[in-house]
Amino acid sequence: MQQPRPNSSATPIPVLGLILAILGLAACTPSAPVPGQVELLNVSYDPTRALFEDINQAFAAETRSRSGIEVVINQSHGGSAKQARGVLDGLEADVVTLALGYDIDVLARGQLLSANWQERLPNNSAPYTSTVVFLVRKGNPKHILDWPDLSRAGIGVVTPNPKTSGGARWNYLAAWAYAMQQPGADEASARAFVSAIFANVSVLDSGARGSTTTFVERGIGDVLLAWESEALLAESELGDGAFDIVIPSLSILAEPVVAVVDRVSERRGTTALARAYLEFLYTPAGQEIIARHHYRPRDPLVAARHAAQFPVLNLVSIADFGGWEAAHRAHFADGGSFDRIYLK
Amino acid sequence: MTISASASFSRSRWRVSGSLPGFGPSLGYTLLYLSLIVLIPLSMILLRTSELSFVEFIAKVGSPRALASLRISFGCALIAAAINMPIGLLLAWVISRYSFPGRRLVDALIDLPIALPTAVAGIALTALYARNGWLGQWLEPFGIQLAFSPAGIVIALVFVGLPFVVRTVQPVLQDIEHEQEEAAASLGATPLQTFLRVSLPSIAPALLTGFALAFARGVGEYGSVIFIAGNMPMISEITPLLIVTQLEQYDYAGATALALVMLLSSFALLLLINSLQAWLARRGRR
Repeated sequence: MQQPRPNSSATPIPVLGLILAILGLAACTPSAPVPGQVELLNVSYDPTRALFEDINQAFAAETRSRSGIEVVINQSHGGSAKQARGVLDGLEADVVTLALGYDIDVLARGQLLSANWQERLPNNSAPYTSTVVFLVRKGNPKHILDWPDLSRAGIGVVTPNPKTSGGARWNYLAAWAYAMQQPGADEASARAFVSAIFANVSVLDSGARGSTTTFVERGIGDVLLAWESEALLAESELGDGAFDIVIPSLSILAEPVVAVVDRVSERRGTTALARAYLEFLYTPAGQEIIARHHYRPRDPLVAARHAAQFPVLNLVSIADFGGWEAAHRAHFADGGSFDRIYLK
Repeated sequence: MTISASASFSRSRWRVSGSLPGFGPSLGYTLLYLSLIVLIPLSMILLRTSELSFVEFIAKVGSPRALASLRISFGCALIAAAINMPIGLLLAWVISRYSFPGRRLVDALIDLPIALPTAVAGIALTALYARNGWLGQWLEPFGIQLAFSPAGIVIALVFVGLPFVVRTVQPVLQDIEHEQEEAAASLGATPLQTFLRVSLPSIAPALLTGFALAFARGVGEYGSVIFIAGNMPMISEITPLLIVTQLEQYDYAGATALALVMLLSSFALLLLINSLQAWLARRGRR
């Protein structure tokens, strides 16, 4: 065989391919930051895109007028646990705003922020709340009024999978909490009750928006288990008055949480700004934006202004389940109560 | 790598065909790229999985839910690839044998499922086959539900796998010499005999390769399937979704354990199909 000669393999096509590859790589890398401008990355969960677009605009305007700093806030959205995993794997988030505390606990365990993160901001670091309600078809033709109606034969229930959707874990725990509050209830009766509800579920989407689409656009099911914010949005914008909201007799206080990611913000020198950004969520201006996006504000004055949108109801909280760590182990880990529904 | 025993090349398994030089560097680059792009990422799967003990590994991949998902993933991918074989052959046949207005357009359309983001395909197919969709509403009265059932998974996989069959068969069809078919016809063979005895044997290896590619694509498909499947555990939950579920629980080792099983099963099946293909090709040449 001949000795390989230099250039002998350099046909035009591989060279062209190499040039294209380099051009492609260049196109993929982010552009350099503009000087005199501070960037923050807010890594959040799925349905908060519109909320934080408004918050970011208001916060940037306020920061500009107060200190002259030009702040640009970038947003990243996805499933809550997926986003936490991204941050854990090196996504440079200055702040995280996620669907449940469990996903930030994971970051604390990964040494990205201190273990007492939930005490650093008011209200358990949850600047707004929501709850789980039922979205039914206009006029409520199947007379769905409370949790037991979801377990009736012939009712189609739509909810995302609690194992893949942070939001759906709140749905599941709300049903469980209702069952546990019945006279003479125990773990076995609660499991039987949620099993009966999930026997009526024919589509388990992986995320909350997927379920909303399945119910609203595909016409599947009679009732959608949804966060109040999503239900109000669907009622007012997506459904064009084709849906009603039913408030169950008991539900759960869903507390989406926020935190500064210490290790990232310290390295980038953005700690103060990141903290100010999260504190802005608690100001009357921030709370007003939150209420307009159908989340329940913490500020009593703002809440009073939007009282018509948020009826008072009986709520349990995650503390009643012994916190997320315990709730996760009992219900959502492999072999937990949710898995056992499908493995007779 | 350097190759010294150049004299024995032609005899042993090292063989250089053609007169162009460059075997050494091109094999070297091939191995380098294969390592960087395929082997090293795949070895990470093994590494992560090794965090589990053998008992934990068996418990993870042998659980009823994992087994059901593997059955669904491989079963649906095999069915879809089997459906794609005749349809893909027909399409390739039409494109390469006949010329008609709009042929180039059809030709270009076939590649679309590769380029389209799979989520878009999933959403479009679901909208079409759901109970209130264009097609679904006509099937609903007969009690046929395609979306949100395992049948939906097969539909999505047929969609994403079709180009692979067409594109592997098409060049072979174009290269077949018409004289052979004409000779068969002139010797009194019926069109069916001509197709089965003359055309098909020379297409079969390529058809099988197309089947293997479509199957491999289907086993790994995630984006389009999760929209149309309904994702019910034990019924319509595919293994890639179960892997994502493990990741959502921060169980990296569990996720990679399932991935490893998928990888090994896919590899074994592909090896089998490729050997069959090589055997067919050898038989066809005789």
